[in-house]
Amino acid sequence: MQQQNWRNRTKIRDHSAETNLFLRRTLIAFAMVLVMVTILLITLAHLQIFSFGYYNTKSNNNRIEIISIPPNRGIIYDRNGIPLAINNTIYQLNIIPDKISNLEEQLNQLKTLVNLTDEDIENFQKERRSYKAHRAVPLKDNLTEDEIARFVVNQHLFPFINITGNQHRYYPYGSALTHVLGYVSKINNQDKINLEETNKLSDYVGTLNIGKIGIERFYEDLLHGTPGYEEVEVNNRGKIVRQLNRNPPQAGEDIYLTIDLNLQLYIEKLLNGRKAAVVAINPNNGEVLALVSSPSYDPNLFVGGISSAKYTALLEDPDKPLFNRAMLGTYPPASTVKPFIAVSALSEGVITPKTIVNDPGYWQLPGTEKRFRDWLRWGHGKVDVTKAIEESVDTYFYQVAYDLGIDRLHFWMSKFGYGERTGIDISPTEESRGIMPSREWKKTRYKQSWLQGDTIPVGIGQGYWTVTPLQMAKALTILINNGKNYVPHLLKQKRSNMPDSDPLSLTSEPIIQDSNLEKLVDNKNWQIAKDGMYRVMFGSRGTARKIYAGSPYKAAGKSGTAQVYGLKSDEVYNANNIAEHLRDHALFIAFAPYEKPTIAISLVLENAGGGSANGGAMAKRILDYYLLGDESTKISESTLDMNQGD
Amino acid sequence: MNSKKIPVWTRLHIDPLFLFFTLLLLAYSVYIIWSASGQDIAMVERKVMQILLGLAIMLILAQFPPRFYEKWAPYLYIACIIVLVIVDVFGYTSKGAQRWLNLGFIRFQPSEIAKIAVPLMVAKFIHQEGCPPSFKTTLQTLAIIAIPTLLVAMQPDLGTAILIAMSGIFIIFLAGISWKFITAAILSIGAFIPVMWYFLMHDYQRERVLTLFNPERDPLGKGYHILQSKTAIGSGGLWGKGWLEGTQSQLEFIPERHTDFIFSVIAEEFGFIGAIVLLILFLCLISRGLIIASQAQSTFGRVLIGGLTLVLFIYIFINIGMVSGILPVVGVPLPLISYGGSSLVVLMAGFGIIMSIHTHRNMLSKNI
Repeated sequence: MQQQNWRNRTKIRDHSAETNLFLRRTLIAFAMVLVMVTILLITLAHLQIFSFGYYNTKSNNNRIEIISIPPNRGIIYDRNGIPLAINNTIYQLNIIPDKISNLEEQLNQLKTLVNLTDEDIENFQKERRSYKAHRAVPLKDNLTEDEIARFVVNQHLFPFINITGNQHRYYPYGSALTHVLGYVSKINNQDKINLEETNKLSDYVGTLNIGKIGIERFYEDLLHGTPGYEEVEVNNRGKIVRQLNRNPPQAGEDIYLTIDLNLQLYIEKLLNGRKAAVVAINPNNGEVLALVSSPSYDPNLFVGGISSAKYTALLEDPDKPLFNRAMLGTYPPASTVKPFIAVSALSEGVITPKTIVNDPGYWQLPGTEKRFRDWLRWGHGKVDVTKAIEESVDTYFYQVAYDLGIDRLHFWMSKFGYGERTGIDISPTEESRGIMPSREWKKTRYKQSWLQGDTIPVGIGQGYWTVTPLQMAKALTILINNGKNYVPHLLKQKRSNMPDSDPLSLTSEPIIQDSNLEKLVDNKNWQIAKDGMYRVMFGSRGTARKIYAGSPYKAAGKSGTAQVYGLKSDEVYNANNIAEHLRDHALFIAFAPYEKPTIAISLVLENAGGGSANGGAMAKRILDYYLLGDESTKISESTLDMNQGD
Repeated sequence: MNSKKIPVWTRLHIDPLFLFFTLLLLAYSVYIIWSASGQDIAMVERKVMQILLGLAIMLILAQFPPRFYEKWAPYLYIACIIVLVIVDVFGYTSKGAQRWLNLGFIRFQPSEIAKIAVPLMVAKFIHQEGCPPSFKTTLQTLAIIAIPTLLVAMQPDLGTAILIAMSGIFIIFLAGISWKFITAAILSIGAFIPVMWYFLMHDYQRERVLTLFNPERDPLGKGYHILQSKTAIGSGGLWGKGWLEGTQSQLEFIPERHTDFIFSVIAEEFGFIGAIVLLILFLCLISRGLIIASQAQSTFGRVLIGGLTLVLFIYIFINIGMVSGILPVVGVPLPLISYGGSSLVVLMAGFGIIMSIHTHRNMLSKNI
C-alpha cells in the first residue's frame, strides 16, 4: 500500500518545483549563515579589537604575579661589634587552601607528618581570611629538621602545600638586653593602621615581624630596609612557570649600639635576678654603656608570636620581668640628689661653702612643732656643705630646701633633667618622666595647695619626688660635665648594606641639650659638690669609705636609701622586721676615675636596704670591672655595715 | 563514456574541492592541537590517527550508492534508538560509564550515531512523502526527530540533543515546510517558555538556567571558565600572541583547551586574523556543501546534504558563540578542529555520505 502510494506520488512529482523550492530555502539558509557569521565576527571584533586593552590587562593579571621579597632586617651589634640581634632562617609550611578540595583530609594527613596542633589550624583558618585567593597561607612555623624531611618525602601527596624559609629574628643573649633591644613580633592590626598612616604599609608586604619595643621599634625604619619584588609567570594552579623580572630587596641597615655587651652581662650576673636597675653612661658623650633592668625575660619568646600561657605567666610574675625598671621604674631619689641641691643652693647664694648648720638629729619647721628626722638619731653636729654631702646629713638639706623653697628647687632640679624624659633613643612611651613636684603639679595632681612642709623632704629626695634610674644617670653626667648636658643615647654607628654607599657612618656625635647650667653655675660650685662626692668614697667619715678603701682608682659617688613606706615618728627602721617588698630601696650614683671620668653609673636595688652599703658595693664592683677589667673584686660581707646609713 | 576520461576523483567518489577545504581545516587543527595540548606529541599522534581513520571512513562510505543509505536509514535509525535506550537504562545505573562504547583506540559515544541516523531517516521520510511536506508529514517528521533527541537529552547531553534536533529540523526547513507552520512553531515555543519558567520549573532549575546564560553569576565555577576563555580571545588582539605563545592557553587558564575551548586558543595565538581565516575556511566548506546539495538529483540527496551542511555550521556557531560568551556553555566541540575521535569520525562519515550522493549523481539520474 505504502509502496503503491510512493510510486504514485513520484509519478506526479514536479521536480523542477521541488528543486526551485529547495534552492530558495538554501539561499535563505545561506543568508542566515552569513548573518550568524557576521554576529560571530562582530563578537570577535568586540573582544579582540575594541576590548583588547581590557582583556590584555586581564590576561597579564592572570599570569603575572608580583611577589614581594621582604628585605633582611639589619643586624644589631654592641659597641665592639658583637651581634646582639641576628637573623636565622626558619622553615615554614604554607598551604594554598583554595586549590584543595579536601582540605580537612589533607590537614589530617599532615598531622601524621608534622606536629600540627589544633591551635596551628585555628590560627591558619583565621589568617586565611586576610589572604588573596590562590595565595599560600602560612600553616606552621619553626619546622624541625625531622619534620622537613618527613614532609619532603611525602611532598607528592600535597601538591598545594610547600615549605619556605623565612628570616627569623634571634637574640643570642636572651634576656640580658631585652629592655634595650626590645624585640620584633608579628605585625598586628594596630601596626597595620600605623603603617598605613605613615604610608609604609606597602613596604611590609611579605614582612612578618615588626619592631615592637626598644631599639627594634625606635630604629624600625633603619633596620627594616626596602622590599624587593619578583615578577613571575604563573599557571592556573598558581605554580610559578618562570621569572620575568626581579628587583632585589634592600637589606636594612646594621646598627652598632653604644652598649658594652660584656659590661651589660657582668651587671646582669651581679644582679642575679634581683629586682634592680643599673644604668652606665660614658659622661664624655652620653653613650649608654649598659642599661640593665632585672629581672628580664627572653625576647625570643615574642618573635613570631608568644603563646598566651607564656605571656600570662610573664604578666603575672610578681617580680614584673616585663617592666623596664631602668626607664619606667620611678623611685624616690633619696640622698643621691644632695650634690645637685648643693650646687643649686650655692649658685642661688642660699648657702656658701662656709655656711654651717647645726644638726641635733632633727630639723624643726620654724614656727611649728613639726620635726624632720635625720638618719643619724643623735645628729652630725656642725655641718658645712662638703660634710653634708660626705655624711649625707639630712638636717643640712632640710634647711637648704626650706631656704630655697619649692619654686627654686623645681627650677634647678628640672635643669638637671628631673621630671623630664631623658630623650634617649627609645620610644618616649617606654620612658617615664618621674615627678619633680611643684606647686602647679600638686594643684593638678591633688587639687591642693603646696604646703611649706611639702618642701622639706624634697631636700633629701623624698616626698613627692620620683625619678628613673636613667634620669639619675643623666643628672650625674651633667654634674660631671659642669652643666654640659649630653643626651643619653644608644645608637653609635650604622652601616648601610647598599653596595655603593659609605659602609660605616658615624652617628654618635654627642647630642647636647642646652640647659644654661654652664652659665648659671660657677665652676667652684661644681667642684664643691664633686668634692663632697669624692669624700663619700674616701673621706674619713664618708658613707662608702669602707667599700672604696684601697681602691686603685679614685671615684666619687652618692648613696641613697629610698623609703618604701613611712616610719612612724617613734619607729626605728629594722629591715628584719618588715616584709621584703616594704624594705627600703638602695640607690647609688657614682663616677670614675675622679679626675677624668669615663663612666657614670646609677643604680637602684629594690628592697635592698641601705644605699651606701649594698648600692655602694654593687657600684664598686661595676666600676672595678669597667676600669680594671677585674671580675674578681670581692667585697667581704664584713665591710657591709648595715648601720652605716646615709 | 570512456573510463579513461573519468577523473580519478570521480572514480574514488570524492569531491576534490570539499576534500580540499576539509584537509585544510584538519591541517589547521593539527597545528593548533600541538599548541593547545601543551606540545603533547602523543596527543598530536592520536589526532593524526583519528584524522586518518576519519578519512578512511569517509572514503569507504563514499563508495556506497545513495540508494544504499536510503534503504538502510530506517534500520540504522531503529538500531540507534535501541542503543540509546540501552545506554540510558544502563548508563543511569553506572553513572555515565556506559555512555561510551570503548573500541580500544577510540571511545565511541552512541549518541553520535544519532547525528547521522536522524538526518538519514528524516531525509528518507521527506523524500518518500514529497516536498513540500504536508502538515501531517511535518508532525510525523517531528516525532521521528523527537524520539532520539529526548533519549539523548535524558543522558543528559543537552548540546548533542539540540544538534540532533537541529539536523532534522534543517531538513524539514529545506524541504519547504510552510512559513505559517514555522511562525506558529516559533510563537508557541515563545509562549511556552514563560509558562515553563513560572509554573513548571523549580528555583534551582531556574538558577541553573540563569547561570547557563550568564556565567558571571558563578564566577568561580562555569563562569570562571568562560571568563578565562573571553580573556584569551580578547587578549589575542588583531594578530594574536603567536603560535605557542598564548599565555592563557600555555599556562592552562583556558578550560578544556584542546577540546571544546580550542577556538579560544586559536583566537589567542592567531588573533582576529586567525579566527577570520578559520571562519572563511568553514564558510568555503559550507558553501561547497550547499552547492553540492543544490546539484543533487533527488530530494533525499538535496535535503540530506543541505541538512548535514547546515548542522555543521550550527556546530561552529554554537561552539564559537559559547567560547566567546554570547551563548550558554553547552558541550559542543568545534567540528574538525577539536580533539575528539568520535565526533570527528561521525563528521567524516557524514562527509562520506555527502560525497557518495554527489559522485553517484550521474548514475542516479540514469536510474530515475
